Amino acid sequence: MLGSRVFSIREYKEKVFGQKDYMREKDISGCGLFGVINKEKKLISGSVPVTAIAVQHDRGNGLGGGFAAYGIYPELSDKYALHLMCDDKDALSCAEELIKKYFDVHLSEPIPTRSTVNIINAPVLWRIFVTIKENRSTWSNLDDYDYVVAVVMLVNKQIPGAYIFSSGKNMGAFKGVGFPEEIGEFFKLDEYKAYIWTAHNRFPTNTPGWWGGAHPFCLLDWSIVHNGEISSYGINKRYLAEHNYECTLMTDTEVVAYLLDLFIRKHGLSKKMTCKIFAPPFWDEIDRMEEEEKQAYTALRMVYGSGMLNGPFAILFANHEGLVGLNDRIKLRPLIVAEKDHDVFMASEDCSIRSVCPDPDKLWAPKAGEPVIIELKP
Amino acid sequence: MTKKIVIDAKGIYYKELNQQIRKFIQKGYTDFELLNVSGQRYIATGLEGDYNFLIKGVAGQDTAAFMRGPYLRIEGNAQDGLGNTMDAGKIVVTGMAGDVLGYAMRGGEIYVRGDVGYRVGIHMKAYQDKLPVIVIGGKAGDFLGEYMAGGILIVLGMFSQDKIAPITGRSLATGIHGGIIYIRDGVPDTQLSFNLKVEEIDEQDSVLIHKYVSNFASELGLDAEEIMDARFIRIRPKSHRPYGNLYVPN
Repeated sequence: MLGSRVFSIREYKEKVFGQKDYMREKDISGCGLFGVINKEKKLISGSVPVTAIAVQHDRGNGLGGGFAAYGIYPELSDKYALHLMCDDKDALSCAEELIKKYFDVHLSEPIPTRSTVNIINAPVLWRIFVTIKENRSTWSNLDDYDYVVAVVMLVNKQIPGAYIFSSGKNMGAFKGVGFPEEIGEFFKLDEYKAYIWTAHNRFPTNTPGWWGGAHPFCLLDWSIVHNGEISSYGINKRYLAEHNYECTLMTDTEVVAYLLDLFIRKHGLSKKMTCKIFAPPFWDEIDRMEEEEKQAYTALRMVYGSGMLNGPFAILFANHEGLVGLNDRIKLRPLIVAEKDHDVFMASEDCSIRSVCPDPDKLWAPKAGEPVIIELKP
Repeated sequence: MTKKIVIDAKGIYYKELNQQIRKFIQKGYTDFELLNVSGQRYIATGLEGDYNFLIKGVAGQDTAAFMRGPYLRIEGNAQDGLGNTMDAGKIVVTGMAGDVLGYAMRGGEIYVRGDVGYRVGIHMKAYQDKLPVIVIGGKAGDFLGEYMAGGILIVLGMFSQDKIAPITGRSLATGIHGGIIYIRDGVPDTQLSFNLKVEEIDEQDSVLIHKYVSNFASELGLDAEEIMDARFIRIRPKSHRPYGNLYVPN
């Protein structure tokens, strides 16, 4: 029964690109989140996020689970690790051919999986480790990161049955249709070690499940998992379109991945400022601030109003420097944070954290709109 | 004579755990000690009668929802929705509690030692001898007592993990049209909207607060007199129909 509700990548793309751009829908979900970071870059086994997200089983419905992991490819850490999902080998060949036009391929191999009872109709899952060609045939004016973004967007738009779902260095996303604990088993995550993990349990309500629609959403080494609904999807999407990011997944969370890349990487804003764009203080709070702060927050709201995320959300996002947790400014989704020695945990539920850290030094629920920013020690 | 059972909830799915509890109730058990509770939902939900629960661990979503009568002592934290639309009984939480605690509560008492989340006590109501009461030892998030129609909320702000946050948040008691909120040491003026009547407490209030603070203190091993040794303010609605003129002006 679940199978009939799951789209292939090609079917999904036909559905997306067959629609007029402004008709593209978004999906509403109430999900479960988990994240962990070791500030000293000590590696954490993949069984930790799998255990912790499994405790929140009932926050999802089996139509999406996924993980992002940082530090998993130390031997290839200077290569971009492209994770691909493809309907079949032909689609993979087409994608690989296109990728070879822009990149030097160092290693191309299947993403290891094991057969798992409830994971059905898995696409071809592949990873390709690449570097940018010395002599680019096109886009020579772009910096390296923009170049990678351009190729990722190109493949995702042009190859009907293939999708690049992760494109950072020394990190990767693992996701699909199923409960997250099953996805974790399927991808053999117990065999990986990472210094940051995020995990997601999906409960899609407005769009059918498909492998690409599971969280996390990634671009370069940004990854984002999200519980809630981004009601401002339309305005965020149009704003991103002006900056050459195309939303193709019909899932609201996608905009956050691209906004992070735009604000932090391209505009050079801090993570805190970016969070204050996503969940700004209310105007009456700004009115009560000291002059300098008032001017800064007023400017942020004026300049980046289109980047504000409206609606209920709790998000965890990560890059190679750290992990951030953020709630919407009226706290319509739960988020709990805990610390134990050099580990910091974030989750939708208290019990999820305690399942892997029974006795935290400190555990609290962050205030609405107040980001919890954890940076790795340099 | 009470019949007591200890259940180790470790790794037990919430449905199975609740089924086990109901089976023991059918067999005449009245006292339950639940160990290693890890977010299992709906414990004591919809349960009616004279039962005692000692819950060790983290109580899951909607614990004690629609409950009528039982006594729950949660040694640990409670997640969101504790005491949702609860009708009677008593809940004690030694740690902190999540969002929408005591939502639409109609009766009974809830005592939380630490901080509570957002939207606590919203839609609380009272009728005749039904008087729901929540005492919060720590601080509360935004929307405390929103649309409150009856009952008593007491916020102490003494046992909070958060040194910086104000004792209550934004939109305090928005749309309140019944009931009373008492706050120890008061709140910043910016959090008080124009439709609230904010006053010093009188002798009658003091007796009422003392009664519930004493319960709170004895349940949690704290000193009631120390808690009472402060200024309390009383928040009530200015009108029992704050939105009476919103759509159809009189």
